[in-house]
Parts: sequence; C-alpha cells; structure tokens
Amino acid sequence: MDRVADSDTRLAERLGGDISGARTPGQHFILTLSRLWAWVFLALLIVVFVISISMTSGGSVSFLTLRNSQNILVAITPVLLLGLGQTFVIIAAGIDLSVGWVMSLASVLSALAIRAAFNAGAPLFLSAILGFLAAVGGAAVVGLFNGAIIAKLKVPAFIVTLGSGFIVRGISLLMSENTTVIGLPPGIRDYGNNALLYYLHGEGGGFYFLDRPELTGEALRRLDPIFPWPVVITAIVVGIAIFVLRKTQFGRHTYALGGNMEAARRTGIPVDRHIIMLYILSASTAGIAGFLSTLRFTAGSAVIGDALLLQSIAAVIIGGVSLFGGAGTVIGTVIGALIIAVLTTGLVMLNVEAFWQFIVVGAVVIIAVLIDQSRDLIIGRARSS
Amino acid sequence: MADPILSVRSLSKRFGGLVAVNQVSWDVYPGEVVALLGDNGAGKSTLIKCISGVYQADEGEVYFRGERTYFTRPIDALAKGIETIYQDLALAQNLDVPANIFLGREMKLRYFGGLIRMLDEGRMRKEAKTALDSLQIHFPNLSQPIESLSGGQRQAVAIARAVYWDARLMIMDEPTNNLGVPEQHKVLELIRRLRDQGVPVILITHTLPDVFAVADRLMVMHRGRKVTEKRTADTTTEELVQYMVGARDDTRMQ
Repeated sequence: MDRVADSDTRLAERLGGDISGARTPGQHFILTLSRLWAWVFLALLIVVFVISISMTSGGSVSFLTLRNSQNILVAITPVLLLGLGQTFVIIAAGIDLSVGWVMSLASVLSALAIRAAFNAGAPLFLSAILGFLAAVGGAAVVGLFNGAIIAKLKVPAFIVTLGSGFIVRGISLLMSENTTVIGLPPGIRDYGNNALLYYLHGEGGGFYFLDRPELTGEALRRLDPIFPWPVVITAIVVGIAIFVLRKTQFGRHTYALGGNMEAARRTGIPVDRHIIMLYILSASTAGIAGFLSTLRFTAGSAVIGDALLLQSIAAVIIGGVSLFGGAGTVIGTVIGALIIAVLTTGLVMLNVEAFWQFIVVGAVVIIAVLIDQSRDLIIGRARSS
Repeated sequence: MADPILSVRSLSKRFGGLVAVNQVSWDVYPGEVVALLGDNGAGKSTLIKCISGVYQADEGEVYFRGERTYFTRPIDALAKGIETIYQDLALAQNLDVPANIFLGREMKLRYFGGLIRMLDEGRMRKEAKTALDSLQIHFPNLSQPIESLSGGQRQAVAIARAVYWDARLMIMDEPTNNLGVPEQHKVLELIRRLRDQGVPVILITHTLPDVFAVADRLMVMHRGRKVTEKRTADTTTEELVQYMVGARDDTRMQ
C-alpha cells in the first residue's frame, strides 16, 4: 500500500511539476510585450503625433483635440464594424472576403427601404427602423449563403466569400441602378450625424446632453459633437461582441473551432451550424456598417464599403487575431482599428503625402504578425523543454 | 466471471474486396485493461471504429452493457459512455484545461429566463479540479492553454475529461506514442488508476512492453481475424510477436 501511495505522489509531481518556470526572464518579457504591444504602440503613436504636430506647426495645431478624437472615432466606425464580424470568423479559422461589398449592399438596401417607407407615409423613426432591418436582413441572407456553402459543401471560405462578394457587388449596382440612392427624408441626416453630447467652447459654452443647441455662424464652429450616434451604436455592438466572445458558449465554441475543428466535431459541438452562424454574424455587422453609412451620408451607395475589406482585415491582424485561427480578442481589433485611424489622421496632419499611409499601415501589419510569431516561438520552446 | 461490459459477436467489416475485420468475437469485462494487438493493417482500428460508431459493421453484433447497440455516429457511442481517446486527443490546443474538459458540454448560468446564458467559469473550474484530483493529476495552473502542456499532461486531460463525463468504457489508441519514457510511465499509471476505479480500458497498441506493464488480458489480430486471446500472465513477448506476424494462429489449430 505504501508503495502505491508513494508512486501516486511521485506521479502527481511529475504530471504537474514541470511546466512552470520553463521560461527565462527574457522570454517572459517578450511574451508580455507581445501581448501588450498594440496598446503600447497606440500610446506611443499618440505621443509621437502630439509632439511632432505641435512642433511642426509651431504650437498652433494640436493633435489631442476633442474634435480630432471624434473625427477618429467616426472614421473607424465602418472599419471596426466589419472587423468585429471578421474577428469571430478568423478566430474560428475562416475568413470573410465579402464584408466590404455586403456593407455596400446594405447601404443600398437601407436607403431604398427608408425612401420607400417614408414615401408610403411611415413616420421617420419607423422608416429608419425598416431601413435597419432591410440592411441587416439583406446582409444576413448573404451570410447564410456563405456559411451554408462553406459548412455543408466544404468549399474553402476564401473562395466562397470572394465569389459571393462579386455577386453582391453586382446586385448592389443593379439595385441602385449604378448611382447613389438619394431622395431620403432630410431627418435621416440627424440620425446619422447628431450626437449623444455636445460641447460648446468659449463664452456661454458647456455641455449639452442629447440636445443640439441652435447656433449660427461663428458659434457653430465652436460646437463639438461628442459620440455621434454611429459611434454610440458601434460601441454598443462592440460591447455585445466582447460579451459574446468571452462569456458565452458561442464564443467558447468559436475559439474551439479555430483551435481544433476535429476536436470540436468529436465533442459534439454543432460545427456546421456554428460556421453558418459565424458568417451570418460577420455579414450582419457589415450590414450595420452599411446602414450607418446611409444615415451619415443621407444616401445609399453601392461602392461605399468596397475599399474597407482590407482595412478591416488589417485592423483584425494588428489587433492580434491569428489568421490560423484560435486566438484573438475584440478589444484587440478595436485597438487595431484605432492604430490605423490614428496613423492615417496623424500623417495627414503632419502634411505627409497621403500615399505614405499605405506604406506605413502595411509595415505595421507585417510587424504585428512578426510579433505574434515570436510569441508562438517562445510558447513552442517552453513546450519542448 | 461477471457479465461482459462489451461483447462483440462475429463482427465483419469489408471495404470493397478487402475484409478488414473477419468474424471477430470478443468480450471485455468490467474492471480490466485489455490490450488489442496487431501489426499495421491487422484490423485493430477498424474493429474499434465499428465499436465506437465511426464505421458500421457489415455483419455481426455489438452488445454494450447487455444491450444490442447500433451506433451510426461517434457522438451516439459517446452518449452511451464509450469514450475513444485518439492519438490527436481531440483537445483544443488554444483553450485551457477546464474549457477542454467541458468542451461542447459547457455549464451555463441563465439570466432573464434563459434569455442570456453565460459560461459558468467558476463552476467548470471547480468541477475540472475535482475530476483531476480524483485521478491525482495536479496542474499548478489550470488556466494555461493545452498547447503549453506536455504530451503526457495532455493525455491526462483527455482521460480526466472522459472520466468526468462518466465513461463506462475507455478506448485508447496508442496512448504512449510520441511520448518520452517518463511520460509513458505516467500514462500507464493513469490507465491502472482508471481500472482501479472500475473503468475498463481497451488499449490499442503495438508497444509490447506497455501490454505487459498494464494489460490484464490481450487479444491479437492478424489480417482481420482474431488469432488469439490470452491472459497477459500466460504469454511472453516472443509468443506475442509470433501471433502478430502470423506465425502462430490459435484458430488454425482447431
């Protein structure tokens, strides 16, 4: 008996004892840095731009203004929304190349729906709701199509979503008759551009909550909207996405699919259904982006999202989502989108020629992946030792 | 002897003209470790897959706990308590130990009449720890992803998962492959411990030292047929090798 008990303790030691402490302090430092580098990089970027913009303009222009921060937030809204769905899909080892075009389709669909509803006598708010449903519903149909073909017919996601992207683009151009969908009720403009808060600088200034002060002329230029509605809606979607990915079974299964698809299948996770849900989700966040762009520009455009696909994937990758699946966070994607927007805005304010933006963003994407790989290398080393 | 927990009767499986499993009858009893031996292509894996629902037998019957079974999918066998641990372990490398033990069967907290369902991480962690403790497996940190664990530790997680989900029969496919020697010993000790807890284990292997280390009985297949079935104590390595290469065959003598 003693012998058995003794061997049990030794087994316990051997099973448990040899995994911690396998890393040197240097490796530990690189590991921590690789997890946090995006935050650090974003902070450094802001510091660099604050200093350099202030210096080059002789102190007359500042990077850290309320208006500038709001411009950046508004600018990242569509990229971020596309990136949110993409984050889920890529964590599950898929990819959705159709999101930019789905956003364009949603923009056209929502504009057509809002116009038709309003002209048929529906109140403004109801028209907007119908526009939202048309945008997200239409997008979800595309997602269902993508997901069903990927899951059931086993066609690679890259091919399916590329093909459906082209189809969607054709449909958008047909539906919009190759022109911007205009003639929306003017009130829509307020939904897309009014804000949660306003701040009036200078004399008689202060905060205005939910209520845009009536101003004219010079005073109007002293008014800064804070958190325009598209930003608020995006923030809510971000919050939901964080919750779903971190706290729910859906999120857990998303990671499991990216970690080991076969294991997911064997443990009884409904893999096919989950894949279909992921592509519906991805298309739906693109649908929301299309709807918001319609509100913001008071028009539907069949080309509005075309250029955003690659930006959204760049944001996702800078944010640390692994293209091989299994790793990534929503917050990472938010940081990734912010890095791109801060870079772009900062370079513009420094009067750097616009083409440099592409070169810098491209370099950052590659650096992000290199940092991720250095982390994998360290984990791999710890594993084999 | 008690009734067999698993009873295979005259099972055959063909792939086109190839008879992968040929009229095999075999019993596994509660509380024993049985080794299933054979060279590559002997039909071991096919037989096991017919038991665990991956394949469907062309002829013959499988009885599990006295009941005739007819699994069309692996998940059905799993639901009845037949747990197969394959070489690739079916673990998600990127998730931690509790997440893997509860993979596909997560515990949830329900709010607003089930409208919002959150993962119950605290309870899963506690239950996972209990399951690991029952097998005397100790990890300093349960939150590490599986990919940072050693091969033996991964085996331990897979076994703990099976035990937690009330496995009635554990099938292990070459569990000591690709492991270092000390890790092999750990896994063999875990197999003994499983048997001591009353979970019968089928050990598919062609590592003969493993057989002598843990198996109570063994069965050898050669070219789809069962060529012998013995108590481990009644045989030797030399004899088993002869069975495995086809030089000996108990069925031919009759």
